[in-house]
Amino acid sequence: MIETVRLDGSFWQLLKRPRTFGIAGILLGVFATFLTIPPIMARTILWPILVGIVAAAFGLWTITRGERRLGWGAVAAGVFGIALGILATRSGTTNLNTVFNAGLISGTFVFSTPLIFAGIGGMFSERSGVVNIGLEGMMLMGAFWGVYGADKTHGWVGGVAIAALAGGLMALVHAYFAIHLRADQIVGGTAVNFLALGITGYFFFQLYHGQDIPAGVASIPQVKIPWLANVHFLGTAIGRLNLMIWLSFLLVIVSYVVVFKTPLGLRIRACGEHPRAADTVGINVYAVRYGCVVLSGVLAALGGDYLSDGFGGGLFTDNMTAGRGFIALAAMIFGNWRPFGTFYAAILFGFATELGLALQVYSQSASTLFQALPYVLTLIAVAGVIGRTVPPAADGKPYVKQ
Amino acid sequence: MTEPGPDIPPVSPEEAAATGTLVSRLSLRQRSGGIVVPVFTVIVAFLIGGAVVAATGHNPLTTYHDIFNGAGLNWFGHPTTNTAGTAPYNLTQTLLVTTTLILTGLAVAFAFRCGMFNIGGQGQYFVGLFVANWIGASWAGMAPLPHILIGIGAATLAGAIWAGIAGFLKAAVGAHEVISTIMLNWIAIWVGTYLFGDGGPLQNSANKALPISNDVTPSAQLPVFWGDQQLQGLHIGFFVALAALVAFWLILNRTTLGYEVRAVGFNPDAAAYGGIDVKKNLVRAMAISGAFAGLAGGLDMLGYAYRIGVSDIPVSAVGFLGIAVALLGRNTAVGTGLSALLFGALLYGTTHGLQSGQIDPQLAGNLTYIIQGLIVLFVGADVLILYVWNSRRRLRRRQQVAA
Repeated sequence: MIETVRLDGSFWQLLKRPRTFGIAGILLGVFATFLTIPPIMARTILWPILVGIVAAAFGLWTITRGERRLGWGAVAAGVFGIALGILATRSGTTNLNTVFNAGLISGTFVFSTPLIFAGIGGMFSERSGVVNIGLEGMMLMGAFWGVYGADKTHGWVGGVAIAALAGGLMALVHAYFAIHLRADQIVGGTAVNFLALGITGYFFFQLYHGQDIPAGVASIPQVKIPWLANVHFLGTAIGRLNLMIWLSFLLVIVSYVVVFKTPLGLRIRACGEHPRAADTVGINVYAVRYGCVVLSGVLAALGGDYLSDGFGGGLFTDNMTAGRGFIALAAMIFGNWRPFGTFYAAILFGFATELGLALQVYSQSASTLFQALPYVLTLIAVAGVIGRTVPPAADGKPYVKQ
Repeated sequence: MTEPGPDIPPVSPEEAAATGTLVSRLSLRQRSGGIVVPVFTVIVAFLIGGAVVAATGHNPLTTYHDIFNGAGLNWFGHPTTNTAGTAPYNLTQTLLVTTTLILTGLAVAFAFRCGMFNIGGQGQYFVGLFVANWIGASWAGMAPLPHILIGIGAATLAGAIWAGIAGFLKAAVGAHEVISTIMLNWIAIWVGTYLFGDGGPLQNSANKALPISNDVTPSAQLPVFWGDQQLQGLHIGFFVALAALVAFWLILNRTTLGYEVRAVGFNPDAAAYGGIDVKKNLVRAMAISGAFAGLAGGLDMLGYAYRIGVSDIPVSAVGFLGIAVALLGRNTAVGTGLSALLFGALLYGTTHGLQSGQIDPQLAGNLTYIIQGLIVLFVGADVLILYVWNSRRRLRRRQQVAA
């Protein structure tokens, strides 16, 4: 009897915490817009305004209780929820149905997956203390050599393997210059990007004359979930996703466990935070860093291979990644050098890209500005306006053994 | 260009007088490293590039010879032979690219001298390009001189502000300039796509079907002094770029501002101890750095491009090439000028100028990226090259001591 009361009490305490109200405010703000889009699609502006105001009120209350970051987030969510909700009620139902359908969900995953692979890769590299702005180039290597491998080995598995090898080799170059030669890591990363652009472009023209990849290159298959594929909404949303999308989810979980729950992860983080201390307790800093940088290249290349041989179905074009490596870098920073943070940021950026494309039915120019959202958000994040982003302490500093 | 002496880093005359021999010895060593590393780097990069060419079944010697001719550099040897038709034209085109690269190179170099890596030259170049197009395509009836001056000035200012954002963020909250300039690059790219794209505010007013800008009016176009204006002749912006090299050297080596910038670049803590406002200098150096890149955009727009299409935006890489130019030029005025010429010749000679039975321009164009990547890679690793260089001398000294 007494125990039940105590449990009830603690549950109530949990509910009364400012954090809870902040999160509820953010969710309500999103809900304000959600009311006006399919499938609910309320056609009056009353509902989004009411719900949005409640969300903002939750936010203000949270701010007064000291949780400023969450509170302002809830206020912003409320305001944006009202604005977007009103906009949605003003637009035609046909357009709404074109934009907000199950394709928006699967499209978000399509654009997020390369970012997740490359972003997680970048996280491993920087957690071990090596800045990697060469992700873009390593991705590009994976994109081209993945298609080449799939073409030559007549199977997508061979393509993935060769993509991983190419990305790993590119990363090995970066690692050698950054770790052994102690060259500036940003200069090295820039060089890797140029090199990859040149190598892929050169061999694309040399081997395929710039276009003639044979049709029907074995592409990475989609996973058709039998009992889900024909369900009305879910079927399109998650019933027929590419294998690499599911692998990217798995990758996030595995890297979280590895980085934060295993001795190996502790070693990696030690090398990135305080390499001398790590060295003192017998960790081979150079080996850890080499491993992490090469791993980052392999993962980035897998993201690139998904672009060309998964989503693209066996297609490559010059400079195919078109800056996705840099968005991945942004996602990693926005996610505060953490696996799940990187994942959420990648999903957010992927959603922005997909929504931007879908919004073309309204206005071409407005949808273009949407594409800049990931970069603006990251700029705001590094400016420290919404919380602090803290890189590993020894990130970018070469280590000299004593 | 400036005289070769002054690229020895940071010694004020009083210091030099006080410490005489030690300083001269140090600077000599610095200078030997300064010449050895870039030359060695370029040779190695061209050798590896040649190896790639040979491995894919082309003749590297013929390839490099054709690139040399494609860049119009053969004009210097035989200005009156029968290649005179194409050689001078190719040379003007190479020098056009060189003009841009000098300025984007100086942008990167100036920030380096203050200890910052401005990787956002591309974005600063773009905002300069956009603003120059906006001003150049407006006010059709204006007199040429003020129109050009306002256009160039606004482009320079736009570049300075764009880079200044990154400088301000670094000074105010310690945001790393590499991250913020990368983000600003992409924001500039998408802003440009918006401005000149379908339904954008600066889109061609005559034909709303084309995602392309209006043309710069004749009153804002820079005079061409070599070649035909209709065929992208060489405009007077070339001399502006040369003047910028001199200005770069003067600012850094003969002004208080430059002294402070270099002091912060060497050691911000020591500079602060010496009474220099480090934060102010970070913002100022970044803004000046961006001004060079914005100026490059302004000169390109008013000098020969006259318009910009959305499809041109992702293709441009002159801002990124500026990184290679500055690194190879060891962040000095003379070095930047020379390496801008090298990369300008490579860029034009491997693509539009190339007439070769040996290698396709699309292959050769990518060869430029490979060589550029290798150069950046090796210049960044000057520890390696200097180590080899110095260890040889150390060995010699040890032998002398033993003997």
